[in-house]
Amino acid sequence: MNGFGRFVAEADGLVVQPRMGFGSPELMRRGLAAVRDSGTLAVGTITLDSYTRVGSHDVARAALAAGDDLNGYPIVAHPVDTTLAVVDGIAGAGFPVQVRHGSALPQDIVAASIAAGLYATEGGPLSYCLPYSRVPVREAVRAWRESCRLLARLRETGAEPHLESFGGCMLGQLCPPSLLVAISVLEGLFFQRHGVRSVSLSYAQQTNADQDAEAVHALATLAGQHLTGHDWHIVIYTYMGVFPRTPHGASALLAEAARLAARTGAARLIVKTVAEAHRIPTIEENVAALRTAADSATSTTYEPSTQDTGILAEARALVDAVLALDDALDTALVTAVELGFLDVPYCLHPDNPGRTRTFVDHDGRLRWSRLGALPLRGIADTGGDHDVTAAGLLRALSHVERRFDDAAIEQDLHALHLDRPCEPTSERNA
Amino acid sequence: MSERTPGLDVVVTSLASDAHTWNLVYLQLVLEELGHRVVNVGACVPDELLVDECVQCAPDLVVVSSVNGHGFHDGTRVIAALRARPGLAATAVVIGGKLGTGGVDGARERAARLVAAGYDAVFEDGTGLAAFRTFLTQLQAGVRV
Ligand code: B12
Repeated sequence: MNGFGRFVAEADGLVVQPRMGFGSPELMRRGLAAVRDSGTLAVGTITLDSYTRVGSHDVARAALAAGDDLNGYPIVAHPVDTTLAVVDGIAGAGFPVQVRHGSALPQDIVAASIAAGLYATEGGPLSYCLPYSRVPVREAVRAWRESCRLLARLRETGAEPHLESFGGCMLGQLCPPSLLVAISVLEGLFFQRHGVRSVSLSYAQQTNADQDAEAVHALATLAGQHLTGHDWHIVIYTYMGVFPRTPHGASALLAEAARLAARTGAARLIVKTVAEAHRIPTIEENVAALRTAADSATSTTYEPSTQDTGILAEARALVDAVLALDDALDTALVTAVELGFLDVPYCLHPDNPGRTRTFVDHDGRLRWSRLGALPLRGIADTGGDHDVTAAGLLRALSHVERRFDDAAIEQDLHALHLDRPCEPTSERNA
Repeated sequence: MSERTPGLDVVVTSLASDAHTWNLVYLQLVLEELGHRVVNVGACVPDELLVDECVQCAPDLVVVSSVNGHGFHDGTRVIAALRARPGLAATAVVIGGKLGTGGVDGARERAARLVAAGYDAVFEDGTGLAAFRTFLTQLQAGVRV
């Protein structure tokens, strides 16, 4: 074991990681250095911009030439020497750096990363296709197979490339845990079948902490059964949906994600910042988020088991049904989407069947309201209202945001009240 | 245009580099609940696809939504392509969302430049949906702003 996977495996505690990316090489380098020097057990990230993600490298170059802001680092548009200079003396065995993108057709991104000596990246044929593109699933599967092979070839040089599945985050919100777990496992398996041995499986925090803990345990169980070798770990994503707008609300949600990681024994956590609801975060905001997360994880104890409300059974049914479709996983994945065995709620991708629906129940748990053709009849419960209204959708999307912002506002008001306990009402009226 | 049935024919769309779709799903529901008919083109819509789609649908209104921070750029480019088509030169086209990477900073200037580039209205985050609803009512009554 070496590289990214080894660093995480040998880390003495939860590894924290930002999702940070800037168009400017100077800023990107400064950001990486700040993360390394943050005083936390951190790995670095280069998050790519949206032009690079969709393959519009000329548009990215034009934006750079015009001095315009990008929402990430354009690793293909920048010459390889530029990227080598960005990571020179920073990335290495003691501080691995991962490239995070969101591309259905990532071959050029993977090639540019490899050229810059960066052997850890993430995504997957479904998780970087359905939420991120309009590329046919069949093409994304082919592109990801090629990308796996580009990475796998590095093993001949003694390196151990790493791939993380983004399957734990389908559209960021309102996708039930079992489907997230299933896609993560299937993608991890896909990477290994195409020669990448060191993998990680993801799970994004959803609407209820106990439900999430159960899901992470289910993910670990299925990963143990399906993956080969020991070089795999679980990474938690801090909430990927509509984020609290208040700084206190945002930090409290991040702290809860860190507790989720610590109580389930996950190895790594991707953080979010107080700027999430508003704009691209600064370096300082990213570093602050790493510290908040690290603190919160340190004060949480591991819980070896959780309640069982059926997430494992659902996820297993999904994985088994997909694997049974074809011996070749590539074909099975394409067929699974075609048949609606995998169907992401509210996803507009042309290949996604779009027949499933979900809701947030009175306990704040994420549940199915419509199963479409998912192979979950008799396994998953359904409930809730079938008709979705604009107001109802917005309520579901902002369930987490409201819970954390309301608490933060209450806390602020309380603090304000304590600050000026004796201010008489009459004076205020005067 | 649609004298027979009330309600507008609307194309809802993202831009070439933007993958976000909850904004599109939400806007579609809002519009449908107000009695309009929506074609939702989805995420990462290349300029040519958007132009073709609009030429084909000949909508009363095109609603461009982007939140990834590249909306100002992509939006400026695509409005030129839309306006270059004779059939779309006078179609109502609006844009909204989070159009830059620095939050509401510079929103006013962006809006002015987008209007100069050919948009009928700009609804950046923070302006709320009320202004958009008013715009729709006026458009339906044949009033152009
Ligand atoms: C969910 C989410 C995702 C999901 C999207 C899944 C999907 N297919 O939709 C995933 C994880 C895939 C994702 C990916 C990325 N995301 Co994102 N995402 C979000 C998040 C957390 C929530 C967005 C959401 O669902 N909102 C719910 C909908 C209903 O509301 P809305 O989009 O805010 O739109 C409202 C208004 O803007 C308005 N509106 C929008 N458009 C229009 C148009 C008109 C005409 C009108 C009137 C109104 C209007 O109506 C809506 C309701 O009020 C936001 C941050 C947040 N808000 O908390 C970041 C955010 C939008 N993402 C961001 C970015 C940058 C990205 C990435 C580029 C990755 C990166 N570098 O960090 C990629 C995108 C890749 C690409 N090619 O574009 C940034 C954008 C930064 C900026 N503008 O300055 C944000 C703000 C996060 C951040 N702070 O960095 N994201």
